[in-house]
Amino acid sequence: MPNSTPNTTPDAQTPVLVKALHKSFGSQVVLHGIDLVVHRGETLAVLGQSGTGKSVLLKLIIGLEKPDTGSIEIAGRDIARLSRDELNGTRKKMGFLFQQGALYDSLTVGQNVGFPLARHTDLTDAQRRDRVRELLSKVGMEGDVDKMPSEISGGMQKRVGLARALALDPEIILFDEPTAGLDPITADEIDRLIADLKKQHQAASIVVTHDIHAVRACADRVVMLREGSVVLDGSVEDLEKSKDEFIARFLKTAA
Amino acid sequence: MQTCGHSNRPTPPTLALHSLLTRDDMPLYLSIIVLAIAAGGIAQPRGGDWYGAWKTFWRGAALPFMLFIEWVGELAIFCGRVARAAVSRPFEFRELLRQMDSIGAKSLPLVALAGAATGVVLSLQTRDSLARFGAKSLLPSVIIFSIIKESGPILTALVVSGRVAAGIGAELGSMKVTEQIDAMEASAVDPYKYLAATRVVACILMLPLLTAISDVCGILMGWVSATLADPISLRLFLNTGLNGVRFNDFLPPTFKTAVFGLIMGSVACFQGMRTVGGTAGVGRATTSSVVFSSLLIIVADVILVRLILVFFPG
Repeated sequence: MPNSTPNTTPDAQTPVLVKALHKSFGSQVVLHGIDLVVHRGETLAVLGQSGTGKSVLLKLIIGLEKPDTGSIEIAGRDIARLSRDELNGTRKKMGFLFQQGALYDSLTVGQNVGFPLARHTDLTDAQRRDRVRELLSKVGMEGDVDKMPSEISGGMQKRVGLARALALDPEIILFDEPTAGLDPITADEIDRLIADLKKQHQAASIVVTHDIHAVRACADRVVMLREGSVVLDGSVEDLEKSKDEFIARFLKTAA
Repeated sequence: MQTCGHSNRPTPPTLALHSLLTRDDMPLYLSIIVLAIAAGGIAQPRGGDWYGAWKTFWRGAALPFMLFIEWVGELAIFCGRVARAAVSRPFEFRELLRQMDSIGAKSLPLVALAGAATGVVLSLQTRDSLARFGAKSLLPSVIIFSIIKESGPILTALVVSGRVAAGIGAELGSMKVTEQIDAMEASAVDPYKYLAATRVVACILMLPLLTAISDVCGILMGWVSATLADPISLRLFLNTGLNGVRFNDFLPPTFKTAVFGLIMGSVACFQGMRTVGGTAGVGRATTSSVVFSSLLIIVADVILVRLILVFFPG
């Protein structure tokens, strides 16, 4: 069950701590002073309209973009100050599910999931194959191991992307619109999977979404972004009870 | 033969670099200046409107020039990063082999065909010209020298550039716009090493081999064409043609294609990995990969031919 009293106090081992984060592209300000904290075993949902910088926030957290000002600390270390090797070491503890799956289209489904395993673990080929099958069965794709990404649907690609993101048992998982474009049954399965991951691995998760059902199903805490700023940071109950006109309109249209 | 005039000129090694800038190359420098002015579209000031003229100059010439300098700078930084990635562990041997197969082995039929066609054309064209001057016996030498010194290397480079640079530009471009490169980076795998360095190194290694194959096909088809018109045995054709050919005639022009490989690999990977703007952007990246790499290969050829003449005088 989602917690009703969010813990927002950071400590040295807090998986994700974002302080006064600013990011612009040219003259367009995308993030305007964001503060965030995600604890171990907690799922934070980031809500907001399109173009409010939700995906950019995730890319900043994994170091694919550099912040203009402010800091992002992963397990107590500012990622902007890490060397390339240190950053890669940190990334091995993180999983990222991209909006469209971002599967490598020259590799099969199995090779896609096995890609991080082949590079960052000492597993034998047989062990790797077993691990790939186990990961794919988690997302209901074990029968498609030899298919190419172009031979499966968009929703299936996303599920394979999720299996790949989980390959290295990450401590922090970033989900970019995990249920967008999926049918309600698959979306529900993905939501359940995200909730299970929290229980099994105590991973810290950030779920960027528009889907209010996903928020109710798996989020412990919610952050609502508007025009690059945080307008609400609280529990799902806080979100539902909010008197803010923008939040009320968002919930009404999303429901 | 373009090299004949220079081959006997003694060039002291100490003057090697100094002699790069000679009057012989003035037409080249002049044509570059004229082209730059023409491309800049400098307008004549009318009625003493110097401010307007300056603005036209800025828009027409200086801005594109600065953008070009910026592009060169970014390309240099990219090449530096790829070079560092290529020499640092762990090495991506498996991916390198895959790229060598895709860039080298799969270009073989195309290169062999282009080389063969060059041999036939050279044989047809030069036989007639040489006959007019009563020098038909020089036909094997002319064909072999032309192919190994210039036509083989440059044609191979341009043909492979068309196939490979377009392929790399399109593949990496679509990987960029579908976030596959971001996904790779997020998986703690350096795309500069896994994607770019493997392709650039494969281009560098494969180009000289493809050139050698193209040369062989060109010479063989040159002989076929010659013997159909005027029968001559292959042994006699090769003996006559290769008589006087030294390693300096063959090795430097063949190995200069490694530089062409470096250019096409780097430019195509650079253009592909900086793609923005969806499928239209992929189209632009593909076109610019081929155009820029072919153009730079031709410019590099001018410089390399000059350098080879200085450092490997016939």
